[in-house]
Amino acid sequence: MTDSTMNQMQAERAGFFTIATMQKAVAFVVLVALLLFFSIFAANFAAWNNMVNIMQATAVNGVLGVAVTLVIISGGIDLAVGTMMTLTAVAAGLVLTNAGMPLPLGILGALLSGAVMGGLSGGIIAKLKIPPFIATLGMMQIARGLALVFSGAKPIYFNDTPSYQYISPESSITNIIPGLEVPNGVFVMFGVALVASVILNRSLLGRYIFALGSNEEAARLSGVNVDFWKIITYALSGMICGVAGLLVSSRLNSAQPALGLGYELDAIAAAVIGGTSLAGGRGTILGTIIGAFIMSVLTNGLRVMGVQEEWKIVVTGVIIIIAVYVDIALRKKM
Amino acid sequence: MKKKLFAAALFGAATMMSAPSFAEDVYFPIIAKGFSHQFWQAVKAGAESAAKANNVTITFEGPNTEAEIDKQTDILNAAIAKKPQGLGFAALDSKAQVPALQKAADAGIPIVAFDSGVESDLPLTTCTTDNVNAAGAAADKMAEAIGGEGEVAAEIHDQTSATGIGRRDGFVNRIKEKYPKITIVDIKYANDALKAADDIKATLQAYPNLKGIFASNEGAAIGLAVAKKETGSKVVAIGYDSGKTQKDAIMDGTLLGSITQNPVGIGECVVNSLAKAMKGEKLEKIMDTGFYWYDKNNITDPKVAAVLYD
Repeated sequence: MTDSTMNQMQAERAGFFTIATMQKAVAFVVLVALLLFFSIFAANFAAWNNMVNIMQATAVNGVLGVAVTLVIISGGIDLAVGTMMTLTAVAAGLVLTNAGMPLPLGILGALLSGAVMGGLSGGIIAKLKIPPFIATLGMMQIARGLALVFSGAKPIYFNDTPSYQYISPESSITNIIPGLEVPNGVFVMFGVALVASVILNRSLLGRYIFALGSNEEAARLSGVNVDFWKIITYALSGMICGVAGLLVSSRLNSAQPALGLGYELDAIAAAVIGGTSLAGGRGTILGTIIGAFIMSVLTNGLRVMGVQEEWKIVVTGVIIIIAVYVDIALRKKM
Repeated sequence: MKKKLFAAALFGAATMMSAPSFAEDVYFPIIAKGFSHQFWQAVKAGAESAAKANNVTITFEGPNTEAEIDKQTDILNAAIAKKPQGLGFAALDSKAQVPALQKAADAGIPIVAFDSGVESDLPLTTCTTDNVNAAGAAADKMAEAIGGEGEVAAEIHDQTSATGIGRRDGFVNRIKEKYPKITIVDIKYANDALKAADDIKATLQAYPNLKGIFASNEGAAIGLAVAKKETGSKVVAIGYDSGKTQKDAIMDGTLLGSITQNPVGIGECVVNSLAKAMKGEKLEKIMDTGFYWYDKNNITDPKVAAVLYD
């Protein structure tokens, strides 16, 4: 590993004035500014229950954002996160509804199927040397097709597993703090973010994810089993997609097999807005969560303001471009 | 000897049975957008019962998914090659498949379109749901339920497809024409149940005095039911199409009711129209196969239950 890579890696983790920290701060300021803007200009926006709405609307994209952030930092990209999410939801449905197994096995089914699909993406990239963009473009279609095949192109319902509701829409925190009705899905998102953050910053895997993204060749030359760690990274990302699959299907009380296309772009956007560099080697989980919140605050705020749907999409695009521009501008200054 | 007699008797019976309507064996291939989905199974059931009544033979085919336009065109070409006396066709793409249909027309085969139309004069008629009229009926139910005044909103599944536009305009125009005291404050678009749920929650937030919401297809209606349950809102909610979530939501009172198309009627219309065309009868360009309003009270009515699916 080169000195500069090492320095950068240490800077990413410990430094206070690194680009990632700066950009995270910028993203946070943008988030606060948006919240203030809508509070003033959108009647009924600034209410606690609307903040809960926003948090709940962020959960799925936040978790997918975390999944894709890990892969992007490692120098790859994953276009399959959205349809993999759908496939894992179908897997949970097959285990719980079609096979009548208990809840923990359904959760395991979703996580395992995600890990297998992710690992497969990683394997194709590492062993067949197919560029991540192409490999995961293929996996996106494979996952989508499999979700339709396994479900018979029909939704699978979770009516026989009432406890499935506790994964996302139910609010267990009210048992501890009465009146605080925050859905469990929100805590699941923060939990996933916390775990991913610890893995990224405190584990060997995290160290290698940064190393792969900063300079893969250097990592290889210094004896890192690049292929192995790549596969592990994609498998972990796929498993996190499994969490998103559980969240979405719990909230809809059904695995909807046609859903999921386009979710990958929202997830990538959240990561990019949060300061993750598409070139790899740089990014933070907290930044991605802030990025996901920026997107859902925008969506919710513009809707509450009554802005036309079509313009809402345009504004989201503009925000992504501004975010990347800030990234470039900051990097020039450093 | 016995076998021959039996065959002769069978032949006699067959000719006698078919004699009243047509002299020779009449065959209509019916090509749908799919076949495994419950909606198409209901269309097939209608087509088969009409085939029996008209004493004709039909086959009912379709591609595996509604994205396989090329597969459907292959099925169409194979059907034309059999030189049938008529053809029922639900185009996956209202423009792209016109050249393939032209071949059937060139061969002198009468064509009846169904479900969604074809942008051409080739079909003698189109058996379809009048989405504008059906969504208008949803508007009437909405107006009745909220007492003829107040704010309402709509969650539409698509801003560009024929069904999306038809259902939106049908709902909006009926409200504007018949109910001056009702204002439509918000129209949003989402086909994805999750996005529809978040959309509708934002709408509920923006308009605290909202009295009712109309959702224009199954995905939007699931979103509407989820949003109502998550917020505990008391707005009047009306859906479209069916599906288990929607039916459950109607039974537990989350949705007031929904509009459903009449797939059995569509199937009957196709075969009846082809039979009429063979006899040289004139057909109207569009045959509205109707729709049903269903709610807690009539959801188990056999006529309604037959056209609903999980």
